[in-house]
Amino acid sequence: MIADFAWIRPEPHGIHVVPADCWIDPSQPVAHALVTHGHADHARGGHGRTVATPATLAIMELRYQTREGAVPAHYGETIQLAGGVDATFLPAGHVLGSAQILLEYAGERIIVTGDYKRRPDPTCPPFEVTPCDVLITEATFGLPLFCHPPIEDEIGKLTERLALHPERCVLVGAYALGKAQRVIAELRRAGHHDVIYLHGAMERMCRLYEDFGIPLGELRLVGESKKDALRGKIVVSPPSALNDRWSRRLPDPITAMASGWMRVRQRARQKNVELPLVISDHADWGELTRTIEEVNPSETWITHGREEALLRWCQLHQRRARALALIGYEDEDD
Amino acid sequence: MEKFAALVDGLVYTRSRNGKLELIADYLRTTHDPDRGWALAALTDCLSFSAVKASTIRNLMFERVDPVLWSLSRDFVGDTAETASLLWPDPLGDVMAPPTVGQAVDLLDRMTRANVMSELPRLLDRLDADGRYALLKLATGAMRVGVSARLAKTAFALAFTVNVEEVEEYWHALTPPYEALFAWAAAGAPPPDTEAMPLFRPFMLAHPLDDAVLNLTDYVAEWKWDGIRVQLAHAGGETRLYSRSGDDVTGTFPEMTGALTIPAVLDGELLVRGSHQRGEQGGAASFNALQQRLGRKTVSKAMLRDFPAFVRLYDVLILEGEDVRALPWRERRQRLEALMPRLPAERFDISAVVEAEHFEQLAEIRAGTRDESIEGLMLKRRDSPYIAGRRTGLWYKWKRDPLLIDCVLMYAQRGSGKRSSFYSDFTFGCWDGDPDLGAELLPVGKAYFGFTDEELKQLDRYVRNHTAARFGPVRETDKSLVFEVAFDSIHASKRHKSGVAMRFPRISRIRWDKPAHEADRMETVRTLIRD
Repeated sequence: MIADFAWIRPEPHGIHVVPADCWIDPSQPVAHALVTHGHADHARGGHGRTVATPATLAIMELRYQTREGAVPAHYGETIQLAGGVDATFLPAGHVLGSAQILLEYAGERIIVTGDYKRRPDPTCPPFEVTPCDVLITEATFGLPLFCHPPIEDEIGKLTERLALHPERCVLVGAYALGKAQRVIAELRRAGHHDVIYLHGAMERMCRLYEDFGIPLGELRLVGESKKDALRGKIVVSPPSALNDRWSRRLPDPITAMASGWMRVRQRARQKNVELPLVISDHADWGELTRTIEEVNPSETWITHGREEALLRWCQLHQRRARALALIGYEDEDD
Repeated sequence: MEKFAALVDGLVYTRSRNGKLELIADYLRTTHDPDRGWALAALTDCLSFSAVKASTIRNLMFERVDPVLWSLSRDFVGDTAETASLLWPDPLGDVMAPPTVGQAVDLLDRMTRANVMSELPRLLDRLDADGRYALLKLATGAMRVGVSARLAKTAFALAFTVNVEEVEEYWHALTPPYEALFAWAAAGAPPPDTEAMPLFRPFMLAHPLDDAVLNLTDYVAEWKWDGIRVQLAHAGGETRLYSRSGDDVTGTFPEMTGALTIPAVLDGELLVRGSHQRGEQGGAASFNALQQRLGRKTVSKAMLRDFPAFVRLYDVLILEGEDVRALPWRERRQRLEALMPRLPAERFDISAVVEAEHFEQLAEIRAGTRDESIEGLMLKRRDSPYIAGRRTGLWYKWKRDPLLIDCVLMYAQRGSGKRSSFYSDFTFGCWDGDPDLGAELLPVGKAYFGFTDEELKQLDRYVRNHTAARFGPVRETDKSLVFEVAFDSIHASKRHKSGVAMRFPRISRIRWDKPAHEADRMETVRTLIRD
């Protein structure tokens, strides 16, 4: 077993920073939490004190209706925790507000990446490569078959299909925090300036993004629109609404889904998706392995996802690595 | 090849039957010969290339990807061809343009075991991931795009506005790439001459009876025999034996080739004569005996002597040049009965009609039958013509009630196809003694259906949360969940550790409520053996 770095302990319910007695992304309420980003499985409510970036705190407030115990940490700002531990939040490029957390204690540096990606995203600053002794990395798409194509190609598939069927609409299932706003921002970047229609559950998060300075263009709610107005339009909804009764109000929708899992045909079929869009907010295999090489830690710890394959890659490349068995993260939601 | 790859992906992602029909019809209309014919053959699983097997693909990948990473990826995707198409490394330098379907088929056909490891990569290098997927699927002959042969033929009929029954008929007279078929349908050439060929004619199939009660003045009952449904065709001096899917199985049962010398097409059940003839009609052994004859490349003299095959006839489709399929069943039956004396009794008998006054009496007869070669009853409308496929209201099958035992889930493996990534293949066992005194479980069978999609998700979650050990793709559970398993029969088997083999096992109920130690024991299971 690894004897070093005993001040940080992976437990089933989160990563425990022992000298400071605080937890990173705990899946249960704790007295003192550090939260990497606003996705519900990482940012749970009910903690005594929550340290996170201002955007992540705003997202949590939107969800849990409270700012109690919120401690903002700006990117690059170092926060002194109890027991002589320093924490620095660094951009992770995953969604608005997402951060890696650099922990320093007794001359040792450990980075928890949280969820991250390396590809450009108009809705959040890019991942910063930072040297450290231990890199605790996610592995959601930790299989060599995952190679996310350029987002321009996928956005192109979406607009092409829309143009082919002016009498229908394209319904895009996208995770309500991050994916939806990224898809909309990329559509705008590609020159699609038409109104984009939203499922009601998307509205507040899109407003929040705009409050944080990310323009999303003209958005309207499906619930406030007539069926005919939706012909030839793009509609964005949470994935759970794709096959729900809700979608019956749409004019003959073409069901699309923006997710890294769409790379595998049967995954798309299982979700009744007609137009799979391989768009992910996680690092693909190439990004995961390149990041380990660039950060070049002396040890790599691998969490939530397909740990075995990344562990194997580390062995093949003579890198010290171990897999952590954390529970409670829902890797299907990309 | 790009157009074919786009068709394959379109079919993967299109759920509706009409949507699939339109995609195929559009492709057939707008694509040239021979590409469209090869595509049609690929969609209906009519292509095979002796040098390209699933193991070939695996071996190719092992030269390029670490075997552990390969197997983890394969396990996640649930499909060898797709995994390979995704993991195939980008070629270095310039590559040739993508091949047409015809060129690809030609190249695949010329590959040999000796050169496939160097030739197949060249072909793969010319394609992108979607193209590689389509090519590998075409090469290994399992498209899995939710297109039945019937659907493809319907799409063909739709594409050229021709009659689908005629398409069926001519189809089997031709071989890929079916240029004569396209010439007939698309360009008005005369149809192929099918008269003089011992062709396969599509079978008429039955619906399950479920809880319906039928009037026996309209319906006749026959036994449903537990063998292999076959069609015997004799024409132009040649005899062929076809399985239900239309595969030519003549070589497996050579004794049948000389048995029919009258030009005819007959429908029946292939059975073997066994040593234990307890049958009410006599002569047929259980399916277990028939199994000795299956899957063998050569048929030994001992096999022919110990397990001689014969066909128990159900119906006649064509007799001495006359197509009698449109006649009502009772008239076909008369012809068949009249034909019997002209056939060698050693190789043929007729499936007897089961006489009953009324439906309740028939139910009693069904419940009381002891013959292990009987699978149940068939109920046929007395006026039904012989129609390809499964037509509502004409023929019903009424199987015997299944046997049930309670087993404990032992191992689970991920499924493939639409169940890829779900733990959906289950091995279950029974106690070899008293579990409270330390008896172990012995695996008695494997099943991968019988549950709903919702239950599949619950089972998948259950397996993930109750994993005791992992052996590659297999998870061993903590042996805490009981399945009620249904099966048609159980036989003694030396090949299995438990000494028994089940026929047609399926999960009948998930007993979330039942403690594992209350599951059935081997001693109970053995009492159900009938050989």
